[in-house]
Amino acid sequence: MTAWLRHHLQSLQHALGRFAEAPFASCANIVVVGVVLALPLGAYALLSNLQLYAGSLPTEPQISIFLSTAPGRADVAALEARVRNAEGVRSVRFVPKDSALASLKRLPGLNDVIASLRENPLPDAFVVTLTSSDADISARLETQFRGLPGVGTVQVDSAWIRRIESLMRIARSAVLMLSLLLGLALVAVTFNTIRLQVLTQREEIEVSKLVGATDAYVRRPFFYQGVALGVAGGVIALGIVQGAMLVFNADLARLGPIFGILPVLRLLALQDSLSFLFFAGILGWLGTYLSVSRHLLVYDPL
Amino acid sequence: MTQSIISVRNVTKRYPGGLEALSGISINIEPGEFVFLTGHSGAGKSTLVRLLAAIERPSSGSVLVAGQNVSALSPRGIPFLRRNLGLIFQDQKLLLDRSVFDNVMLPLIVTGQPYRDSMRRARAALDKVGLLDREKAKPIALSGGEQQRLCIARAVVNRPSILIADEPTASLDTEYAQTITEMFHSFNQVGVTVLIATHDRERLERGRVITLNHGRIPE
Repeated sequence: MTAWLRHHLQSLQHALGRFAEAPFASCANIVVVGVVLALPLGAYALLSNLQLYAGSLPTEPQISIFLSTAPGRADVAALEARVRNAEGVRSVRFVPKDSALASLKRLPGLNDVIASLRENPLPDAFVVTLTSSDADISARLETQFRGLPGVGTVQVDSAWIRRIESLMRIARSAVLMLSLLLGLALVAVTFNTIRLQVLTQREEIEVSKLVGATDAYVRRPFFYQGVALGVAGGVIALGIVQGAMLVFNADLARLGPIFGILPVLRLLALQDSLSFLFFAGILGWLGTYLSVSRHLLVYDPL
Repeated sequence: MTQSIISVRNVTKRYPGGLEALSGISINIEPGEFVFLTGHSGAGKSTLVRLLAAIERPSSGSVLVAGQNVSALSPRGIPFLRRNLGLIFQDQKLLLDRSVFDNVMLPLIVTGQPYRDSMRRARAALDKVGLLDREKAKPIALSGGEQQRLCIARAVVNRPSILIADEPTASLDTEYAQTITEMFHSFNQVGVTVLIATHDRERLERGRVITLNHGRIPE
């Protein structure tokens, strides 16, 4: 057990020693890995912010029913009862045309336009909330409501939300593909780095094996080096992405008052950051594994 | 009859291209023996040494070292075989970027010996070959004879039961070569089996001589 521990400490020491031998080259390598990893990480960070924003939108499917003529109160009540009793309807809210106009007046810039109107052009409306976002149900209800007497237009309001959702799905796939590709790039960078290191250590490896070093002993420092490369590159990537988001936030804070909104990008959470570093380490390990499996064979004389 | 520590049975080594370095040779070496392996250049001495150290495998026949069948050893077993052997190579294989002391430490480090104990043993080995005062030097700063002694120190530091040397005196002048040979005899006296491959026919005293001729042992 202590011998095993000593091996690992020595390997770590070895790996650090190799770093110290060529600090600039090693740093350049780490920066390359960092930039490569920053791309998918940044895309992921943006995506999760978008998702957060999309999540704050009402996702409950709604159907708006605009009435065509101005019917009497009794008609509205009868219509409301029929809508309310339709299958798949959770709640119904009646929006009289006067209150619709009042809420339009609250919007800046429209006051003059509305003041110039002689009468209220808006229809009365029902806002219907459905029990499920199933497309078939909303389509069925849409045709059903359209056939009711006194109904002018029927509009399914959740369609654009679904469009956003499918766009988000595409974006998620794109981020996943980007991650896979650039993860592959990290494996390739580690592979080559370790290959060069194996060539540099050629004599040491050969002599060590001749005096009884096991394969595991010879490989271990390379694994430390590869994993360290992945993790250090990951730290750089995290720095780039979080730093970039802080800069954006400063800009957004300046833009906010102009547009009347204050969007703030949320930084990557600790748990996300840690699992990202973990995966970067895994990829470094994988690159090392492929590299030593291939390049240390040269030293197996048998 | 005692159990042979090295047993080569009917071994042939053929290289790609058709060169046959060894042709059906058999050798038995008993524990504690002192053996010279001699013959002209290209007779197959180095090939035999490489087979014993599991650096190469025989094309046919079997090689047994310290009870292990080297020719059938799995790659995992090779390091553990080599820990029983003290190997001294023709081209020395010293690490030139490390100090004399670190070169001797290497076999102890790769086998995971405790550090303090290792330092003590490395110094003892350097003392035995008379290099203790040069431990901080780089091998490149040593003379040819000193480098050879450094190789010996590295070979014996793990207290191997078998010492195998390939042309240890080839590049040395007569007087120095004599000192080196004496060193091997002193290890032999404490029970180490010694096998020295050499083309130098002048110092084949106090030991069994096995002669190779074009990959064969003449009757």
